[in-house]
Amino acid sequence: MKEIPFETVKDTVAKLCMDANFDIGDDIIDALKHAVEIEESPTGKDILKQILENDRISHEEKVAACQDTGFAVFWVEIGSELRISGGELYDAIKQGVVKGYKEGYLRKSIVEDPLRRKNTGDNTPPIIYTDIVPGDKLKITVQPKGGGAENMSEVKMLTPADGAEGFKDFVVDRVRRSKANPCPPVIVGAAIGGTFEKCAMLAKKAQLRKVGSVHPDPFYADMEKELLERINNLGIGPQGLGGRVTALAVFVEAFPCHIATMPCAVNMCCHASRHKTAIL
Amino acid sequence: MVKNITTPLTDELVAGLHAGDSVLISGTIYTGRDLAHKRLVEALTAGKDLPFDLKGAVIYYVGPAPAPPGKPIGSAGPTTSYRMDPYTPLLLEKGLKGMVGKGNRGQSVLDAIKKYKAVYFAAVGGAAALISGSIKAAKVIAYDELGPEAVRELQVENFPAIVVDDIYGEDLYEKGTARYRKE
Repeated sequence: MKEIPFETVKDTVAKLCMDANFDIGDDIIDALKHAVEIEESPTGKDILKQILENDRISHEEKVAACQDTGFAVFWVEIGSELRISGGELYDAIKQGVVKGYKEGYLRKSIVEDPLRRKNTGDNTPPIIYTDIVPGDKLKITVQPKGGGAENMSEVKMLTPADGAEGFKDFVVDRVRRSKANPCPPVIVGAAIGGTFEKCAMLAKKAQLRKVGSVHPDPFYADMEKELLERINNLGIGPQGLGGRVTALAVFVEAFPCHIATMPCAVNMCCHASRHKTAIL
Repeated sequence: MVKNITTPLTDELVAGLHAGDSVLISGTIYTGRDLAHKRLVEALTAGKDLPFDLKGAVIYYVGPAPAPPGKPIGSAGPTTSYRMDPYTPLLLEKGLKGMVGKGNRGQSVLDAIKKYKAVYFAAVGGAAALISGSIKAAKVIAYDELGPEAVRELQVENFPAIVVDDIYGEDLYEKGTARYRKE
């Protein structure tokens, strides 16, 4: 059985938290550059250029691209042939978040109770989703998730009779009602199927896909294309001030579901869609 | 054309601003977001003094990242404004003249903006590293225990923003979206 030291996990997590917040992915940068080309609104074009300039400063000066450095969400794949030595995996991730958010001067955005709202002061706890997989590797992905776009998200239990049209209308309508609030141009994570909570998780996980990638199932690849076109026809545009580019990408995830149900979810992400992965 | 404006804002200055104008703001502005707004309104309701003079003031909806060594403030972009809507009409009634944030406001705020002659500006959400360059000094003046939600006094120079809602009832979000909609 392979052993990975506690401290290695902790330090890796700290670095991932900083890298994710300092380094917007090349796929997003390329999509923003393309958006500058196709945006018809002069204000929209100018905003897109400001976002690109912001992301350059963030990368070069190693400062947070957005002040909202998010809830630290983790997707962890744990090989069944490994163990953590010197401590527990969850503790290592938590301590890595404390270290990364302190050393990176990242904002502490978590309150310990949703009603009493006292800041925990160190951006913990993280949210950790785990999968046990074959092999001896530990794959850790961090997805810092800002609050503004998260607030524009929704789960809706449609019925099988609503079908593909019902799902597509739900997704487009969710973006329409979000208007300027989620910091467009957005990345839309959409999911259909599973259970109530599985569907919401898949909508969030969908945002980990590379912008520009095509869904492996042609049925959903076509749907993503159609949804992106419909969303970009809403006219919301960069920062909601009007324009052609409201979304940079729409990612759809589907999962088997119960004969009685058709859960649908949209998780919105701003243009600062951040995620970084390490494999130990 | 970009308009240079200086705080505190006056009736005359606000009357000259129209939805769609690009502005560069200089002077003193105050940060305040969810919990700070709750406390400001609680103080007003209880008849207590506020940590700063509301007359002509501009509040920036932001919870900045911590300042790295050698800088006055960390990344500091706008947060979504509608969460402050329940508290905003009272602040406008008491003299607040400007708000900087992002995203759409509710009808009660739009009405109060017209009634009390104020202005709502949008800064570019997510351009936090870029925007922090126009913030020259920052100090916490109230509610330090709220961490990023504390009220800070900022000295800004040429802080870039766009007028979204003016005293004439124009709304740039509605206008801009209607122009590019293809449904």
